[in-house]
Amino acid sequence: MKRSNQPFFWLLFGAGGMLSALIGAMLVFITGVAAPLGLGVHADLMSHANAIAFARGIPGKLFLLVVVSLFLWHAAHRIYHSLHDLGIPPGPLAQAACYGTALLGTVVATVALLAIGF
Amino acid sequence: MADTRKIVLEVLRYTPGQSTAPTLQQYPIEFTDDMSVLQGLQQVKDFVDGSLTFRWSCRMAICGSCGMMIDGAPKLACRAFLRDFLPGPLRVEPLEHFPIERDLVVDISDFVDKLGRITPWIEPREPRSLEQGEYLQTPAQLERFESFSHCINCMLCYAACPQYGLDSRFLGPAATALLHRYNSDSRDGAQAKRMELVNSEEGVWACTAVGYCSEVCPKAVDPANAVNQNKTASAVSWFARFLPGRG
Amino acid sequence: MDGWWRRDPFFIRYMAREATAPFVAAYAIVLLVGIVSLARGADAYEEWLEALASTGWIVAHAILVAIFAYHTYTWFQIMPKTMPPVVVRGRRLAPEVITFAGIAAAVLASLALWILVAYGAP
Ligand code: SF4
Ligand code: FES
Repeated sequence: MKRSNQPFFWLLFGAGGMLSALIGAMLVFITGVAAPLGLGVHADLMSHANAIAFARGIPGKLFLLVVVSLFLWHAAHRIYHSLHDLGIPPGPLAQAACYGTALLGTVVATVALLAIGF
Repeated sequence: MADTRKIVLEVLRYTPGQSTAPTLQQYPIEFTDDMSVLQGLQQVKDFVDGSLTFRWSCRMAICGSCGMMIDGAPKLACRAFLRDFLPGPLRVEPLEHFPIERDLVVDISDFVDKLGRITPWIEPREPRSLEQGEYLQTPAQLERFESFSHCINCMLCYAACPQYGLDSRFLGPAATALLHRYNSDSRDGAQAKRMELVNSEEGVWACTAVGYCSEVCPKAVDPANAVNQNKTASAVSWFARFLPGRG
Repeated sequence: MDGWWRRDPFFIRYMAREATAPFVAAYAIVLLVGIVSLARGADAYEEWLEALASTGWIVAHAILVAIFAYHTYTWFQIMPKTMPPVVVRGRRLAPEVITFAGIAAAVLASLALWILVAYGAP
């Protein structure tokens, strides 16, 4: 019997699902609603200077990387199974499309965060 | 006679070799408040149409043989009451995801085959002789698997599982629940063998935690929980391979 | 099996739960674009900020908030079925307790994040 490769992706799915369940809604509210409207937060919360300072610090870098990549892995795994639910057969091709996109996003985020510097 | 009411049973009929496709047949019946769907079917069979075919035995939600789709949901016919489906008509069909053998009877050989694959017995962790006495177990050890041993093999959970419907190679809810029952028994020593099946592509990984199997289970076995606990176990075993000293 | 999920309201709720995934990915991509523009320089970043401040994006994010909240609810709703039983004083925790504890944890974590951002940030 062939061992399934799903445990690896499932753990990333679970981690991303848990993180987004815990703070996802609030995070979207802050970056997408509160900050642009200046609702309850400082008007320049996400200004260039503040963003650079945040992304240069180690905690900020890690936070951004973890959020972007885990959210992507969570979505990729769910979408992979949803494709099956909708009649698209699971297998290497669907895996490459879904997990490949998450991997690409993770790599791009890592490269960009490194390029921002310390 | 006590208060009777009327309902129309709309029953799927199919006879291999005669029918080209399943058809629905309507049977108007009179029933009393205490009558189950199974009793309704029996009334049809005894007084209207003796050719109607369905399985049953205990009439009390114990034998697990009367599972069928009742009003579109997997239920035990002996545990569903006609009064709950007024005004009708009440659709009665064979269990979803299994090939129809005849009318409401399905071919269960795939499930029986799966049960055979999970090593459904205890292989003692340590052999004991008669003189050494019985294998003792604490209430806490019993608690770990007891609910998973309540399964009556009615297969409602398989009819409820879209993943089994999409790909029947999936080991599925009840077989995994029974596997889990043995794997979490303190007396058992065959975990490694069963984990091979759990870890495989036919094992637990087709499950997407729909959770409907546990919802329809008449015995509160919670097969979804058994499947998902084994995902955790399987993930642990997936990474354990990379530890030094492990194969 | 075509259209199987339309057969039962339970399956429709399941599909709604699964359909949150593309939106989670969409938000990750919005953030990713922001990070990349930050790496490309001040002008690129300002452009991204400006786009976020447009009515269209604010409305889109407001909708995303609701979708993420639904994800939180469904995530902890299925949790009792996906985790090993928790035994407290010899009794198994009821599913409702686990769901409630999860949602409570999400509320607390979100409040903490809000306080950190609204009062802790420069
Ligand atoms: S787990 Fe429940 S629904 Fe499934 S076969 Fe056993 S008793 Fe029936
Ligand atoms: S007849 Fe035995 S379970 Fe229904």
